[in-house]
Amino acid sequence: MDIARFLSIGFSAIFVSNFVLAKFLGLCPFLGVTQRIKNALGMGAAVTFVMFLASFVTYLLYGLVLKEGAALVGADLVLVLKTPMFILVIATLVQLVEMFLRSRVPALYDALGVYLPLITTNCAIMGVALLNTTDAPEELQRLGEENFLEGLLVATWYGIAAGLGFTLAMLLMSGVRQRLVHAGVPEPLKGIPIAFICTGLMAMAFLGFAGML
Amino acid sequence: MGFAIVSGFEILLRLCALNASPQTMPERSHFQEFSKGIVSQNAVFVLVVGICPTLAVTTGLKSAVAMGVGVIAVLTCSNVIISLLRNVIPREVRIPCFIVVIASFVTMIEITFKAYLPPGINAALGIFLPLIVVNCSILHRAESFAYKNDVGRSLLDGLGTGVGFALAICLVATVREALGNGTVWGYSWLPTSWPVEYVPASILIQAPGAFLVLGLLLAGFNWLRRTRERP
Repeated sequence: MDIARFLSIGFSAIFVSNFVLAKFLGLCPFLGVTQRIKNALGMGAAVTFVMFLASFVTYLLYGLVLKEGAALVGADLVLVLKTPMFILVIATLVQLVEMFLRSRVPALYDALGVYLPLITTNCAIMGVALLNTTDAPEELQRLGEENFLEGLLVATWYGIAAGLGFTLAMLLMSGVRQRLVHAGVPEPLKGIPIAFICTGLMAMAFLGFAGML
Repeated sequence: MGFAIVSGFEILLRLCALNASPQTMPERSHFQEFSKGIVSQNAVFVLVVGICPTLAVTTGLKSAVAMGVGVIAVLTCSNVIISLLRNVIPREVRIPCFIVVIASFVTMIEITFKAYLPPGINAALGIFLPLIVVNCSILHRAESFAYKNDVGRSLLDGLGTGVGFALAICLVATVREALGNGTVWGYSWLPTSWPVEYVPASILIQAPGAFLVLGLLLAGFNWLRRTRERP
């Protein structure tokens, strides 16, 4: 796995197929927590951190337990167990991260505290878990068959990059919304409708990245 | 684990409550129980929850109908089961219990769809079929309705909310498919020899169009509500 492939995966996850603007994942916090730049940054950091952990753990579980011919079970459990398993793993993970941060890194906990529990119901986390395992692009699936550790590395990096892309979209949106407060928006468009239209314009700008890869 | 989901969900509920009108009517007729989810408390256009699938699967009417059927089935079944179990589930771990029930029904729907729907529609639904499990509107109904009401009312509430969601995504999908692709349900609706030829705006079936169409539809419904309140 050379460095150029890594860079292209990262660039693709952040800009070309941004989780919010191109894949429609994680729109609840995108609309709910983008009134202020500071909150948007906190939420983005928390999501990136949990996405990194979640993509690592779910890929590991997928390879060792769920997949057909998996190391620990051997039977094909993907279709039946993936949804309950992933959602419970993510919920547990969020709780563990919260407990760890509260006792060990209180400063970070105070900064992220409010946003951590909100992440469990964020479909971007579940989305990254599915996009790494059952709905992975063929290339990643082939890589996982050949070399499990390398597949794990790529999956984890994809999780981090997707989180960074989410943070970028949150930051851009919060900047726009701070300006919108002072803009003369027509009455029916105020609030969420104008936020959607601004997001649409941003997504249009991001379409321009599509030609780069 | 329970705590993480509970508090995360409570914050989400508070976000929803900002948009929703307070529930002050304890006594509703059975028909009102069904119809409130379609008009006055529509998940997409009034509460603005469950936005991710609304944008992602609305490139065509067919996939939107499939998604709508999936959500109606999951919502109705999970509401009934949770309502039946409401005296058994302890309050402290209720949200993980809800999630397990919902996840089971989502899995059933996913397997059924994989077996019976054409591959094209399954591809269009993609990861958004399993992602029904994190759709806020389903957990919202489980927590705020099914856990507190009897089976009959929960069934009607689940059906109503599901139908409201399905109608909303079908509306978005019809607009996007008709203007972005020039078709409705796969059939071309544009007359071939019209005075001016309409060239479909393909941006509307791409990602930006989803945001634009939903934003404009939301604004339209806001405007309608406003004019009706103050004639």
